[in-house]
Amino acid sequence: MIEQYLSLFARSIFVENMVLAFFLGMCSFLAVSKQVKTAIGLGGAVIFVLTLATPVNWAIKTYVTSPGALAFLGDDFKSIDLTFLNFITFIAVIAALVQLVEMFIDKFSPTLYQALGIFLPLIAVNCSILGASLFMDERDYAFGESVVFGIGSGVGFALAIIAIAAIREKIRYSNVPDGLRGLGITMLITGLMAMAFMSFAGIQL
Amino acid sequence: MTSNPTPLFGKRERAAVKDPLMDNNPITIQVLGICSALAVTVKLDTALTMSVALLAVLATSNTVISILRNKIPGKIRVVVQLSIIATLVIVVDQVLKAYLFEISKQLSVFVGLIITNCIVLGRAEAYAMANPPWPSFLDGLGNALGYGAILMMVAFFREVFGSGTVFGLSVVPASWYVSNGGWYENMGLMVLPPGAFVILGLLIWAQRAYSGYKEA
Repeated sequence: MIEQYLSLFARSIFVENMVLAFFLGMCSFLAVSKQVKTAIGLGGAVIFVLTLATPVNWAIKTYVTSPGALAFLGDDFKSIDLTFLNFITFIAVIAALVQLVEMFIDKFSPTLYQALGIFLPLIAVNCSILGASLFMDERDYAFGESVVFGIGSGVGFALAIIAIAAIREKIRYSNVPDGLRGLGITMLITGLMAMAFMSFAGIQL
Repeated sequence: MTSNPTPLFGKRERAAVKDPLMDNNPITIQVLGICSALAVTVKLDTALTMSVALLAVLATSNTVISILRNKIPGKIRVVVQLSIIATLVIVVDQVLKAYLFEISKQLSVFVGLIITNCIVLGRAEAYAMANPPWPSFLDGLGNALGYGAILMMVAFFREVFGSGTVFGLSVVPASWYVSNGGWYENMGLMVLPPGAFVILGLLIWAQRAYSGYKEA
């Protein structure tokens, strides 16, 4: 049991990294990776929201939208299949959750709130959050797996964005050709990083 | 309200369609919607399906949001926009599942991810909220075409070098392959994630060198 979770955790961080293997969350990955400090802020916020959003969406999927999930309301509801509502409920849950987390942090830890700043609201439209929920749905994870997968995906995203921010800080004064400056060179570096992360493939715990 | 003072295809309307194709391309210049640009480009047919799906969603969402732009309360506009977009994406997803089941399986979660595709929300926020429906529709069309063009280019290179095919038809003569006593081998790296990053990076370089765009 423990090995299975550990293996899923390691796989979601390294082998199936959200950014480097599935290209999810690229927009914020590219936009917020100019400084290590802000990258750490965003990474932390993403871990936080993913850890909550994936299990909550798991509960919604299991008890509301999957075929026959509403059977506990009586026999009339047995044949209802709300799978087509998955997208809209997932995104609504994520948006609401981000709002809730924002208010919660503001109330209980103003310093953390200051540190995360504008990144919290932005997370609602980060594809890695919705992506994790959709993967959880597609792969039919159980509750425990969805928690582990959520945390692992978040850590994977944070790891990738902090690493690229550190590299971009280093190359700030390098003499890069004009057209390649900024986005272009970042894509090439990300390609090399993805290649490096591919060497984790095949690791079994 | 009796006559429409602006022509149907005036300067502004033409610019709305043309600009995103080159000078203001959503992927290479505005840096929006990169996630799906990379994930669905292993094969040309998935890239084409994705481009058409995005075109449908973006043109419709821009039009709808533009029609509602004066009714949407400022504070909750992102939620309203998201629910409009999510509804459209559900429709597209159901259509794909009904008529192109194989391809919709290959696209897996990425059709759903059109909801959080930054292009859709970005154009809604930047253009549709401030412009009338017709130009907004054209802006959506132009941006979707600019996105599609880049997607098809990335997919073309990845499919030709990675699998030696174009739209599933082989373009590399079979006798060239090592297994048939030739010298050629497909580049496995191209179908893997790093290939996508490198191809898109080079494409951005070429496009920016051509259009003369410089990042500060």
